[in-house]
Amino acid sequence: MTATLIDIKAEQQKVKDAIKAQGLRVLVCAGTGCVANGSLKVIEKFKELGADVRPMTHQDKVTIVPTGCHGFCEQGVLVVIPDLDVTYVKVHVEDVEEIVESHIKEGKPVERLLYVDPKTNEHVFKNEEINFYAKQTRTTLANCGEINAESLDEALSVGAYQALHKVLEKGDSQWVIDEITKSGLRGRGGGGFPTGLKWKFTAANRGGKSYVVCNGDEGDPGAFMDRSVMEGDPHKLLEGMAIAGYAIGADEAYIYVRAEYPLAIHRLRVAIAEAEKRGYLGNNIMGSDFNFTIHIKEGAGAFVCGEETALIASIEGERGMPRPKPPFPANKGLFGRPTLINNVETLANVAPIILKGADWFSSMGTEKSKGTKTFALTGEVNNTGLIEVPMGTTLREIVFDIGGGIRGGKKFKAVQIGGPSGGCLTEEHLDLPMDYDNLIAAGAMVGSGGLVVMNEDTCIVEVARFFMNFTQNESCGKCVPCREGTKNMLKILERIVKGKGEMKDLETLEELAVAVKDGSLCGLGKTAPNPVLSTLKYFRDEYIAHIKDKRCPAGVCEAMKTIHIVEELCKGCTKCARNCPVGAIEGTVRNPHHIDQSKCIKCGACLNACPFKAIRQN
Amino acid sequence: MSPQTHAGLDYSKVDEILANYGYEKSNLIAILQKVQEVFRYLPLDVMTYIGTKIEGLSPATVYGVATFYAQFSLEPKGKYEIKVCDGTACHVRGSMPVLNAVYQCLNPVVVVNGKVYPQMTADAIKIVIATIMNEEEGK
Repeated sequence: MTATLIDIKAEQQKVKDAIKAQGLRVLVCAGTGCVANGSLKVIEKFKELGADVRPMTHQDKVTIVPTGCHGFCEQGVLVVIPDLDVTYVKVHVEDVEEIVESHIKEGKPVERLLYVDPKTNEHVFKNEEINFYAKQTRTTLANCGEINAESLDEALSVGAYQALHKVLEKGDSQWVIDEITKSGLRGRGGGGFPTGLKWKFTAANRGGKSYVVCNGDEGDPGAFMDRSVMEGDPHKLLEGMAIAGYAIGADEAYIYVRAEYPLAIHRLRVAIAEAEKRGYLGNNIMGSDFNFTIHIKEGAGAFVCGEETALIASIEGERGMPRPKPPFPANKGLFGRPTLINNVETLANVAPIILKGADWFSSMGTEKSKGTKTFALTGEVNNTGLIEVPMGTTLREIVFDIGGGIRGGKKFKAVQIGGPSGGCLTEEHLDLPMDYDNLIAAGAMVGSGGLVVMNEDTCIVEVARFFMNFTQNESCGKCVPCREGTKNMLKILERIVKGKGEMKDLETLEELAVAVKDGSLCGLGKTAPNPVLSTLKYFRDEYIAHIKDKRCPAGVCEAMKTIHIVEELCKGCTKCARNCPVGAIEGTVRNPHHIDQSKCIKCGACLNACPFKAIRQN
Repeated sequence: MSPQTHAGLDYSKVDEILANYGYEKSNLIAILQKVQEVFRYLPLDVMTYIGTKIEGLSPATVYGVATFYAQFSLEPKGKYEIKVCDGTACHVRGSMPVLNAVYQCLNPVVVVNGKVYPQMTADAIKIVIATIMNEEEGK
């Protein structure tokens, strides 16, 4: 069989030469975040102005390359010119001309568009010297932002399909499973189940029809790593799926992507079509006798479909409701056949492991959590974006080194990790090495990898309410404890943030949490109470302040706000009374006014209207 | 929220979509997505139609699937669809005040047979209804 395989290294050299002939490459981020910041216009402008430019590097021409997400979404639109060793940030369409004229033609960098290090206040030229990137180790995201995601040639130039080629050359599916097992890779979708073991279980049923399913239903409202892989380096995912298919004996696969990710769906379709056309997917892949077809299924908006049995039901065209396990999908999955389900990030780790070896992968991370993990770093941190770090990196390194600290010099309060299934980590956890087991022990979980940084102005009770509102909405309704329990927990939390809570509510919350966890079939219900439990554990004081003192320490909860008039400052101009939409302000002309708290709706209209700044809010 | 029924819908487009997806049960979600692109929502009659055209499905099953997923709307959508991101990151950085501002700009909106009356007040709605009643009596 090996005799007929194509020479992948020669293919790579061919495309490398072709890319070299492109001259000076200007990489412009075309990920969802930068597109929203206007990167498509920046790309057009570069194409228009750069068309006939002879760069100072003496290259023949300039080529504009739209890439996937660089990760540093906070600073978009990002423009990277590797041959000039420069990264420009926050580029607008008006800045393009200056970059072309000054830097590309004359060799003079445009300083005002360079990243400024918040600690040293100095300009930073190179990508790898920007604090956000310096402490990262990018494996799954390695090519995101480096290549044009809609070009198979560009993917081949950075080594795509070499791992699959290696697998086909060896022709030993057991070796593939052993290698993945040895690497210590665990499921990146949240559960952390050993990937090699899952493959082994599914491979045990080989013989008949089997399927590979990629879970791209990234449902956590705060996570976007899977989207970035699909948008930025789709061939890495497709290659990982094909290797999985070879290992378990499957010739057909599905990628289940949320419909909310139109760009990811588009790029995957382009990638699949091109790979099939050129023999990297489809029949007789790379000249072998291995066939593998990948279909895309668009989700329709249901968080619970991230659960594997619900996802299978959804692919089959049904309501996405989980079912009891066993039977596990490895034995009876899609259309009743043995099915291997892995998440996007898990599958994106496969090709690098095969290519560089299990030992390389397991050299990163902690004892029981190997490799790297991507996190979506958001919230009140200076550098928001997508990051990838070795397992075991501490929270302090993520928030203060990569994230550049808290915005506006405010005080760190907590991070919420793992989205609606996760929990909070506080100051005491800043030096905890983050891996699957340590986070579980701390009452949180890696989960989706959503990492929301909160400062002193974030109300923890409100955040707990936010997540409970989300899970209550997304509960499929099959298990009564989840359906009714989350509803009642939400009701209580809503009461508390409105200043109508009672102390016994806290006990009820904890009782309900146990019932929901124990009485639910799937991960959604089993983890839904986590945000409440962990905030109750670490921030019980804040709950009590809301209940007993009717006070929101962070000053967020509308209902706790009171607006009052400082009598000494009030001139009695009546402007506030005239602006009040509910007639809550009483007083006569030239005499101090006052607000009837029972009528006040805290809209703040008077606050803005007062010419004497006599109205205060607390 | 009762689903709207509409007479005079163009079923030829539905047939086309069904054919493109091979009248295949497992493609139901994709079929509903395409149908919603055409009509901007899922009319009850069309769902019933799909339920009778695909083997192994019933109108009730189609309705069940349509109501399960957040993407599907059983009511016609307005001319402008405003979405405010309330993901965790946006929520922490203050998406609710934005949403409230949207409500304040538009609120309350009254839709009569598809005609949108923005910035309604208690007095203005009386005039709108009185006008419609006058028109009806005049017929």
